[in-house]
Amino acid sequence: MNRILKLLLLVCVVFAAPVRAALTIEITQGMEGAIPIAVVPFGWRGSAVAAPENIAAIIAADLNRSGRFESLPDRDLVAHPTTAEQVKFQNWRMLSVDNLVIGQLEEISPGQYSVTFELFDVFRGKRLAGATFPATARDLRRLAHHISDLIYEALTGERGAFNTQIAYVTSSGSSKNKTYTLLVADSDGYDPQTILTSKQPLMSPSWSPDGRRIAYVSFENKTAEIYIQEVLSGSRRKLVSFKGINGAPSWSPDGRKLALTLSRDGNPEIYTMNVDGGDLRRLTNSAAIDTEPVWAPDGKSIVFTSDRGGSAQLYRVSAMGGSAQRLTFEGKYNAGADISPDGRKLAMVHGEGGSYRIAVLDLDTRLLRILTDGQLDESPSFSPNGSMIIYATGAGNREVLSAVSVDGRFRQRLSLQAGNVREPVWSPFGK
Amino acid sequence: MKYKLGSFMVLALMLVMSGCSSSGGSKEGGASIEDQGTAADGGAVASGAGGGTDYSGYSLNDPNSPLSRRVIYFEYDSAEISDSDQELLIQHAGFLVANPGQHLTLEGHTDERGSREYNIALGDQRALSVQRILELNGVAAEQVTIVSYGEEKPAAEGHSEAAWRLNRRVELVY
Repeated sequence: MNRILKLLLLVCVVFAAPVRAALTIEITQGMEGAIPIAVVPFGWRGSAVAAPENIAAIIAADLNRSGRFESLPDRDLVAHPTTAEQVKFQNWRMLSVDNLVIGQLEEISPGQYSVTFELFDVFRGKRLAGATFPATARDLRRLAHHISDLIYEALTGERGAFNTQIAYVTSSGSSKNKTYTLLVADSDGYDPQTILTSKQPLMSPSWSPDGRRIAYVSFENKTAEIYIQEVLSGSRRKLVSFKGINGAPSWSPDGRKLALTLSRDGNPEIYTMNVDGGDLRRLTNSAAIDTEPVWAPDGKSIVFTSDRGGSAQLYRVSAMGGSAQRLTFEGKYNAGADISPDGRKLAMVHGEGGSYRIAVLDLDTRLLRILTDGQLDESPSFSPNGSMIIYATGAGNREVLSAVSVDGRFRQRLSLQAGNVREPVWSPFGK
Repeated sequence: MKYKLGSFMVLALMLVMSGCSSSGGSKEGGASIEDQGTAADGGAVASGAGGGTDYSGYSLNDPNSPLSRRVIYFEYDSAEISDSDQELLIQHAGFLVANPGQHLTLEGHTDERGSREYNIALGDQRALSVQRILELNGVAAEQVTIVSYGEEKPAAEGHSEAAWRLNRRVELVY
């Protein structure tokens, strides 16, 4: 199966809703050995001529974006079954399609729908998964992503991360009159919602483990301050505003604490604090820069950036404090770490020979692998299933987002029509 | 006329201050301050002649005064201040000591390379380096505030060394 998705597969999401500044996804590097799958347009029964949402197209785009699957173009579909009885497996075997997805969308009452999907193993002629879900019109996209998650899990054994979101920061306007926004969008770039706009820089968004809150840094009062904001309601409160740096917030896995960087004692050090602002504890004590803390998934240790050895490198310290252990030795500059959900890999900005790229360190084997080929790549963030890393990169004179599979073989770009987009952070799994 | 009087008072203070200054180089040359003010323009323009190391009664608004230079540049991933910039900062320190009511904000900045929060920390260290020189030259801690913007507010757009060298800076904002 020597298929390569080399062609620029422009998965331009069709926006029926108001055209906000949505992210456009472009697959820039295909993956050899992607599993062929057919996703047949879902049957539609309802009062309108056309279905309110093209569920099959959303699922096909999701599966393609994972880099693990290659969906058959609509024009190559030999038949359009919508129920199990209509499926003739030998037709699909002739197309060398391993798996088949069919389904129906039905209008139960005005605004109320029912969505059914079924997944088949074409060669064994076996049904692998299937379900029927109720949904309102505005749930349909979410539900399609959820179905993608179920299909992905049935076929790979790994949980899907399509029904998730990303938070990111944009900047637009001239250097004298910039506008910064903090947004939350679906993981396919659809439905971006602005949750904060400011004339001063916004930075370092961090999701709470339940996905309901985002901590971030705002310079709206001409100094760095950390806020915590409810994603849905938009209500927020100021967490810290000490003298100097208040930066790099990172939630503990249990959602009770934040690690952060403060320079209140003279230079940047790592602290932890309760989400309510109490129990401030200092973890590091060096004359050098200590910043960018991230919690290990077990909550016991924190990885951070320090230049105490002469250049920026990653270190690990117990969440209770104590001496720090150096983790990176390859390259002049390693900073801005994210820890994989299983705690076994570190993604980082790796600077060497004038280029800044995303690299992954396997904490078991100690092998460092460079995943990207940009000049100014930064802000890596793991998907909650650990399969992809989203990061910021330059494209010409603009900042865009890219996502790369953890093995480095598959890449896609997410860009805005105008303006710069940066600091992507992948949400946790939906609840 | 009030302005003129004020200027002369600053000048007088400066003279006193320079007398007790311990900044390097001032001993050998000896400071001499020349009042070039005339009745016509009514302003006091003073200049130091001690090998360029002594501050004098400079005005904040004079484009020809060293105080009009308010940006300190840095090498990549460094918070070290060059010798010539140290001299400049000593001039600013002199002004601040002579004007204890004057406040100064030090804005630390970096180029775009590397991770963003690390750059916030680096910009902070650069501003701290500047603050240290000011304090060693008599400026009160309360007169100076530090804010680091890291790579968030570049002075020059662009992705080359030409832009980066202009962005690795501390701005003195009076």
